[in-house]
Amino acid sequence: MTAMVPLLAAKGLRRHFVLQRRGLWQRPVHLRAVDDVSFEIHPGETLGLVGESGCGKSTVGRLLLGLERPDAGEVAFEGRNIIGQKAAQWRAMRRRAQMVFQDPLNALDPRIGLGRQIIEPLQIHAVGDPASHAQRLADALDAVGLPQEVAKRYPHEISGGQQQRVVIARALVLDPSLVVCDEPVSALDVSVQAQVVNLLGRLQRERNIAYLFISHDLKVVRHLSHRVAVMYLGQLVEVADRESLFREPLHPYTQALIAAVPVPDPTRRGRRILLQGDPPSPIDPPSGCRFHTRCPHAQPVCRERVPPLDPAGSQRWVACHLVTRAKESP
Amino acid sequence: MSIASPLTEPAAAPGRARRFLRRYPPLVLLAALFIILTLLISAAADWIAPYHYTTQDLSNRLLPPVFLGGLAQYPLGTDELGRDILSRLIYATRFSVIIAILGTSIGAVLGTLIGFIAAHFRGWVEETLMMLVDAQASMPFMLLALAVLAFFGNSLVLFIVVLGINGWENYARLTRGMVLSASSQGYAVAVHALGATPARIYTRHILPNILSVLIVQFTLNFPATILLETSMSFLGLGIQPPLTSLGQMLGSGRSHLLLAWWIAVLPGTMIFLSTLSISMFGDWLRDRLDPTLRNR
Repeated sequence: MTAMVPLLAAKGLRRHFVLQRRGLWQRPVHLRAVDDVSFEIHPGETLGLVGESGCGKSTVGRLLLGLERPDAGEVAFEGRNIIGQKAAQWRAMRRRAQMVFQDPLNALDPRIGLGRQIIEPLQIHAVGDPASHAQRLADALDAVGLPQEVAKRYPHEISGGQQQRVVIARALVLDPSLVVCDEPVSALDVSVQAQVVNLLGRLQRERNIAYLFISHDLKVVRHLSHRVAVMYLGQLVEVADRESLFREPLHPYTQALIAAVPVPDPTRRGRRILLQGDPPSPIDPPSGCRFHTRCPHAQPVCRERVPPLDPAGSQRWVACHLVTRAKESP
Repeated sequence: MSIASPLTEPAAAPGRARRFLRRYPPLVLLAALFIILTLLISAAADWIAPYHYTTQDLSNRLLPPVFLGGLAQYPLGTDELGRDILSRLIYATRFSVIIAILGTSIGAVLGTLIGFIAAHFRGWVEETLMMLVDAQASMPFMLLALAVLAFFGNSLVLFIVVLGINGWENYARLTRGMVLSASSQGYAVAVHALGATPARIYTRHILPNILSVLIVQFTLNFPATILLETSMSFLGLGIQPPLTSLGQMLGSGRSHLLLAWWIAVLPGTMIFLSTLSISMFGDWLRDRLDPTLRNR
């Protein structure tokens, strides 16, 4: 990956939610869902975004598509800034970037036939005439491996895996260059998960689509991603290509995540790193490094200074005082 | 005797007739038949009524219906001015139906629109509109309607508009709540993410999804409008003679109740049967309109 123009570049994204005041006279509480997150996605690649539930992964996905407005930071998509755009320009950008949701049944209108839902993006963006829509619908169903008669069915009449294929077909009908997949397989059965993941991989190779693949399931992320970003309490702690990240995770949190993935190998026992306690609340995150309350290697400096996301090798970044210091001292 | 029993009965034994009756319960079929009949009679009033509703036969006043010893030329008897009750009933039904349809539709469209506006703009727009809703709901509408009609004078158009204003607050409140909850539903978010305009999301996705509730509200509101119209006409502030409506017939027949009960009872029966039929039909329609219940 040399100096390519990124398809999408997020810089310093921040989103704090204002929660309901607890009492009439108290100050409103801020939930720091996403705090200073920057990354890039290149054409045709999959960036996996992993982290525990509630760490802000999904918010990042929504910020990228402009479904949510960041408090700070910018997103450049295909070279154009998309934050604070007029509604019409935002809609034009919607043709090139789509989303696949976690719960496919919920993402489909229960009262509209699936065929009409798949071609709805074409109608919304006034692409082609009704005659061409029929052809596009047939192609889209073929591409996601669904029989043509699904077009006449309603969402509740087909299986969860088929529903997700319909959602994917709808996302692809406009030929987007980026698809944000927000936990696309976590609501599906394990056997169906593999099919959908393989489908996403095949569609990427055929059409050169870039994915932001949001998931808490490292196995799936490992299977599909070219690069992986690890998120903890609203911040990125490590970004690396798949091989280096899984072979040699640098951040203690990444190490714990990877060690927690069950490995079908009886000889590799006893290497699990157990994290202590629950993740702290994003309403009142810990000072310094947000991970220090659960980190097995925490030092006094971790409590005081926020570690920046520093380069740690080629195409690799990590936010940890210990890793950066180890590099500097020898 | 329970009206709802055919709708709620558990699965019957297989068989084509049984299945048909489970889909279309007999009482609902009866109600639908009655509604259709009422609409047909209203539409064809000019052709099927034996007399005009103002035609008087002063020598044959207060005649009983034919089955109580009346004359064959006046099957349902005559009133105090010798007017044919059958003809008047047909025309009164037509007037009541037209007025109720117009009135209920005005309320439904107005209320739904206000509900959408409140849910879309939120903030002070929503608060103002919902304050109006509460104000309307906390007033006895009958008094308001009487005051308006007494103040501005009685005209048919004003009367229908007043009937329409009755009930809009129900639609507004319902619509606002449902639009708010539907907007956060996955499908609305998904279509928004596809780049759809709010107008498209509201008309193509949210409205069809909340329509069944609005239809139920319509069918609840429709009998209420008929009843309001008949009450107002009964009090003499609604339909004015020589025009006639079911309520107006009921009101003018009241003074002859001891001598000629049929003058009041026949339109009263018509009011009862039509409102009951519409309510039952609406209840059944709600279940049918939900595709997730369709194949049960």
